[in-house]
Amino acid sequence: MTWRLDLIRRLQRNFALALMMLLSACVHASGLQVAVASNFSGPMKIIAAVFEKESGHKLRLAFGATGQFYAQIRNGAPFAVLLAADDETPQRLIRDGHAVEDSAFTYATGRLVLWSKKPGFVDSKGEILKSDAFARLAIANPKLAPYGAAAIETLSKLGLLERIAPKLVEASNIAQAFQFVASENAALGFVAMSQVFENGVLKEGSAWIVPNTLHAPIHQNAVLLNPGKNDPTALALINFLKTESAKSMIRSFGYHL
Amino acid sequence: MNFFNDAWPAIALTLKLAGLSSGMLLIIATPIAWWLSQTSSVWRKPIAALITLPLVLPPTVLGFYILVMLGPQGWLGGLTQSLGLGVLSFSFTGLLIGSLIFSLPFAVQPIQYAFEAMGKRPLEVAATLRASPVDAFFSVALPLAKPGLLTATVLSFAHTIGEFGVVLMIGGNIPGQTRVVSTQIYGYVESMAYEQAHLLSAVMLLFSFLVLLALGQLKSRHDKVLT
Repeated sequence: MTWRLDLIRRLQRNFALALMMLLSACVHASGLQVAVASNFSGPMKIIAAVFEKESGHKLRLAFGATGQFYAQIRNGAPFAVLLAADDETPQRLIRDGHAVEDSAFTYATGRLVLWSKKPGFVDSKGEILKSDAFARLAIANPKLAPYGAAAIETLSKLGLLERIAPKLVEASNIAQAFQFVASENAALGFVAMSQVFENGVLKEGSAWIVPNTLHAPIHQNAVLLNPGKNDPTALALINFLKTESAKSMIRSFGYHL
Repeated sequence: MNFFNDAWPAIALTLKLAGLSSGMLLIIATPIAWWLSQTSSVWRKPIAALITLPLVLPPTVLGFYILVMLGPQGWLGGLTQSLGLGVLSFSFTGLLIGSLIFSLPFAVQPIQYAFEAMGKRPLEVAATLRASPVDAFFSVALPLAKPGLLTATVLSFAHTIGEFGVVLMIGGNIPGQTRVVSTQIYGYVESMAYEQAHLLSAVMLLFSFLVLLALGQLKSRHDKVLT
């Protein structure tokens, strides 16, 4: 007869264990899901660390191309906040009903930079683009990454697009474009200023900061998405991004505000 | 139609890549498979493991290391640069090298198993009939391993058609050179051109199915001949 009691006890214990595991999984999975444009990964990691320490909330960051996130969000990805690399995508999301009205704001204005890993390769006027000294120029996919679109705009404003087109190599996002140049598989590439400058100083290689007359300004907008609508952490993060301390952190990476 | 302008070069490129790599792999893999099946050297197990590596590694890891290897700092890139060939990344040749590495285990293993399944007996009999080792290989071993060779061709062809991670890492998405069907479909999905994505996927699905059906037919006909 005692075997029946044993069985019940074992079932109870297993059930309790399973419930604990499920709960702990839920606890572990908590943490606000934030989609961040690749070019902002450096600054965002620091901002997230400061935010987490000051507010006690946890963040889970995902980095990628803005266009990629747009498709994912439209298909139900559970992001609460999107830090896009352009101003169009947040608008589109609001229009399509995936983001909260009037919640979009500019968290940074990006600068495009022509960069090479070799010091002294890129001159301060970008004349290197007119030469034949490079075989490949890396850009982010212009259909998905605003920095890629800005690169194409710059080249066509300079009248060099047709000539350089056969040398173009498309990366799936700005981080991969940077990787192509950093591994020297492409001698030149159009990257985000925040990827190669730190506190106003070029980390390595040589660069030409593209004048903002050559492309439409890269206003990077953040927006509150539907999953984060009433989430206190999401609202706290958005407010934090507007504070002066966050802004000065962002500026130190070469963004304008 | 705009779809055909974009899609046709990608399809042609993919078929070219798959055809070339499976053809080249047949030539490269057969001696390796033969050695692995016949040798009792202490190197057998480590080399077998090395060849199986691309099977287990995530394609992005493979692609990343191939990119490093092909770049000017890598050993292959350094070689091609000193020969005046530039770097092979973002070129069709680079993709071909990637495919050969990526599909190597799919070519070597079926052929190796076919040789092993044959056993020592046919070769011993051939030796008693005065066949040299080379003659025995070509007139006895190879014909007996035909099903394995066919499987190797089919697998490496199909595997190259589906290659995505490696191409994404080393391709650069250059139309006509490195934009294959898998990255083209990815591009369509990313830019929300779902209709084109459906169309191209359907075309590739149908094509792959027909190829596999045809090869299956060939195999069963070969088996019929033997019995």
